[in-house]
Amino acid sequence: MIDAPPAGQPAILLLGAREQALRVGRQRLALVALFLGAAFCLIAGRLVELTLLRDLAGERRASQAAALKPDRAEIVDRNGLLVAGNLATASLYADPRLVFDVDGTADKLMATLPGLRREELVERLQLPRSFVWLRRNLTPRQQQEVAKLGLSGLDFQAEYRRVYPLGPLAAHVVGLTDIDKRGIAGIEKSFDAELRGRAAGGEPLRLSIDIRVQHAVRDELQRAVAQFRADGGGALVQDVRTGELLALVSLPDFDANDPAAADRDALFNRMTLGVYELGSVFKIFTLAIGLDSGATTLGQGYDATRPIAISHFTIRDDHPKARFLTVPEILIYSSNIGAAKMAVDFGTKVQQHYLQRLGLLQRAPVELPEVGMPLSPSPWREINTMTIAFGHGVAVSPLQFASAVTTVVNGGIYRPPTVLRREPGELPGQRVLSAEASQAMRGLLRQVVLQGTGKKADVPGFHVGGKTGTAEKVRGNGYARRSLLSSFVGVFPMHEPRYVVYALLDEPQGTKETHGYATAGWTAAPTVGRMVERIAPLLGLPPVAETVAVGELGGRGGGNEGRGHKVAAQ
Amino acid sequence: MLSLARTDNSVIAHWWWTIDRWMLFALAALIALGSVLTMAASPAVAERIGLEPFHFARRQIGFLLPAVLLIFFISLLTPRSIRRLAALGFLATLLLMVLTLVLGHETKGATRWLSLAGLSLQPSEFAKPFFVVVTAWMLAEQRRHDGLPGNAIAAALLMTMLGVLAAQPDFGMAALVASTFACQLFIAGLPYLFVAGLAGLGVVGAGAAYNLSAHVRSRIDRFLNPESGDGFQIEQAMQAFGSSGWFGRGPGDGIVKRTIPDAHTDFIFAVAAEEFGLVLCLVIVLLFAFIALRGLLRIVHEDRLFTMLAAGGLLAEFGLQAVVNIGVNLHLLPTKGMTLPFLSYGGSSLLALAIAMGMLLALTRRHQDPGDLP
Repeated sequence: MIDAPPAGQPAILLLGAREQALRVGRQRLALVALFLGAAFCLIAGRLVELTLLRDLAGERRASQAAALKPDRAEIVDRNGLLVAGNLATASLYADPRLVFDVDGTADKLMATLPGLRREELVERLQLPRSFVWLRRNLTPRQQQEVAKLGLSGLDFQAEYRRVYPLGPLAAHVVGLTDIDKRGIAGIEKSFDAELRGRAAGGEPLRLSIDIRVQHAVRDELQRAVAQFRADGGGALVQDVRTGELLALVSLPDFDANDPAAADRDALFNRMTLGVYELGSVFKIFTLAIGLDSGATTLGQGYDATRPIAISHFTIRDDHPKARFLTVPEILIYSSNIGAAKMAVDFGTKVQQHYLQRLGLLQRAPVELPEVGMPLSPSPWREINTMTIAFGHGVAVSPLQFASAVTTVVNGGIYRPPTVLRREPGELPGQRVLSAEASQAMRGLLRQVVLQGTGKKADVPGFHVGGKTGTAEKVRGNGYARRSLLSSFVGVFPMHEPRYVVYALLDEPQGTKETHGYATAGWTAAPTVGRMVERIAPLLGLPPVAETVAVGELGGRGGGNEGRGHKVAAQ
Repeated sequence: MLSLARTDNSVIAHWWWTIDRWMLFALAALIALGSVLTMAASPAVAERIGLEPFHFARRQIGFLLPAVLLIFFISLLTPRSIRRLAALGFLATLLLMVLTLVLGHETKGATRWLSLAGLSLQPSEFAKPFFVVVTAWMLAEQRRHDGLPGNAIAAALLMTMLGVLAAQPDFGMAALVASTFACQLFIAGLPYLFVAGLAGLGVVGAGAAYNLSAHVRSRIDRFLNPESGDGFQIEQAMQAFGSSGWFGRGPGDGIVKRTIPDAHTDFIFAVAAEEFGLVLCLVIVLLFAFIALRGLLRIVHEDRLFTMLAAGGLLAEFGLQAVVNIGVNLHLLPTKGMTLPFLSYGGSSLLALAIAMGMLLALTRRHQDPGDLP
């Protein structure tokens, strides 16, 4: 501290001390002035900076725009066509603290943006927050009109909106997202995390779906659903070598760009989530099991003269031949009696074993969240074995069913179905049937189309094989006679199978052209035929001479790899 | 304009020729600006809290005449009378401050106000300038051959003042009072070693306030990291400056005054910027700088330590208060409830400033009878 001069010193020295103090004081005052002057200069500089040099609003927008990148990867079809993408839009929000005239603001917005609810708007504009959404994803015109209103407290947030340029075309596969771009159905849901993760790299998610094939299949199915006044329907195309799905359609479907318009039925994926007793198409497995297990051979036969009566149940044929039927005839004429007898021959254990290996007793291992659990009997009695032989008693999803058929015709190897594109090197799979059994089944399925119930599915030059299935839908404890599930599974080209095409119609009605019949042979079979006709050229398959018989080709061996289309030259 | 002859020997004429007229003009300009800005900023605030729009403006203008008269009459006094006035005033206001702690009403979490005959008074505002003059007296007294132990008395007074302010609590004013006192010690020739020590003490004090007071802590945290809390007032102030440009949006067209709660007090500078632009803001800064610097450079030629310390202290306090308030508005400093001298709304503040400036003018008059001052 400042010391007083010691007492008793001469006054002249005291005067000196006073002068000294004043001199220091003057210096220090100058320093204080310097300090304050510097502070005021700093303030003036900052003022100029904030008012003139910095565009704060612009900075905020720029940083917002720079930070804004699509936060979700695109989804493309197997050829790279865009299926789900991102569109930059502006969303309107308010800072209610800055909205001074709530009623006026609400009135003006109501007049500009259709579809707003006034009550809700007024309530939102008064919430004690600094941020409330008013309307997401405005069009540029709407944005301009709102901006022109010049309302205080309102601003736009740039964001990306998920768009599906193909509308409903692959809606059940791709699924959809909610307003905050969280996947809530389909691939969007099951790959939600991955799509977000990939957003940075920009690498799109590639589906196995071929949009051209998807369109052709959907178009034909839509026509069939309309023609037969069906409740709905489903169809798929699966590559038998890889398990990839090239098309997957369930009707009715929905436009993922406008999910609010979709009802529950439209959001239901019949092909993967629905499980059905599919009927006679199941006889394919009965014959395949019989041949592969050695319980029967192509040369054997069963007596289908009389219906089988067992417990309270009678098994009869829909179009009884009432005679002894050879094994091929059982499939060609779709004999329930013959199939049931054959199943008794190989037995319940063998049936369960094969159905399990064909993937029919557990959920389909596909990447979609909408996958139905198959239903099978418990306990599994002999009567069940017999009805399952012709497709009643086990309910499976159409996708599961098609994958099992794929196994039967591709040489006997189960390939799990997928909606994502598989690279050639990475094919999961396990052998279920012998190549010989598979080869035999190809011939039989071709015969069904040539001579049996599937005639209307034939397409000259493409050697379609397949099987019809007309099931009565389960109603309560019994079956409804007039509520049919008509389906046809087609395979082509049968001499060297490449694709399984499956179409299903839910409660089709007969027409004058079908003489009132709504059965698969009259409804689903011709639908599959038309699908094959349209997609074969897209898939690069040339037509083959009609004289080529499956048996001839089969003589070269059961494999189907690397043989191309040499047969076409014959 | 006054036309007074140099030879006129009346009190008024003597006053006119000895007073710092430039300073007087600058103060008049500030007071006029303050009235205009109160008219601009306060109606929005009054409306928002449900008062008649010109409630604040009317009251502020009501205080205008008393303030001008106070400046005039106090500036007539001699330095010796100033000293007496300050001593008595300090004792009286200190008493009122203690009384406030007991009887005062609480506003926004602090007990600073005393109701007196229908008027709300903030005694600490009045104590502030008196305290500066009293400590200047005591520090000067220490230098006298047979004077009082001034240093010790000044230190004791400071502790009392800070104690009462902390009890209210009013950390902003406590910091201002302490800083002003430090300035006076500095001018009084405190060795640089002690200056460094004092600066250290300031840091420790700030640290203690940060650690012990949740209020202070949140203010500082928000300044350092605006994302963490709602820097709403600051955010709005930034928008005000951003949208002002050279001449602002125009009188009455401001927006932030409708959202900032303290638009008419702590954030009047931002309102001024938004409505009147950079030019007026620079004029305001220039006026404050002019008053502070002209005053300080004028008393450099003073040959009485008391005058040097008292006027220097008053000017430092005035300058610091302006710097802190504008600094907060410009987001250079953490939010601190400090008013902008003469521009912010507030009767106590205006009258106390009138007293302070009256004393300053009195102390800086020329050709006075020095009496027996040190």
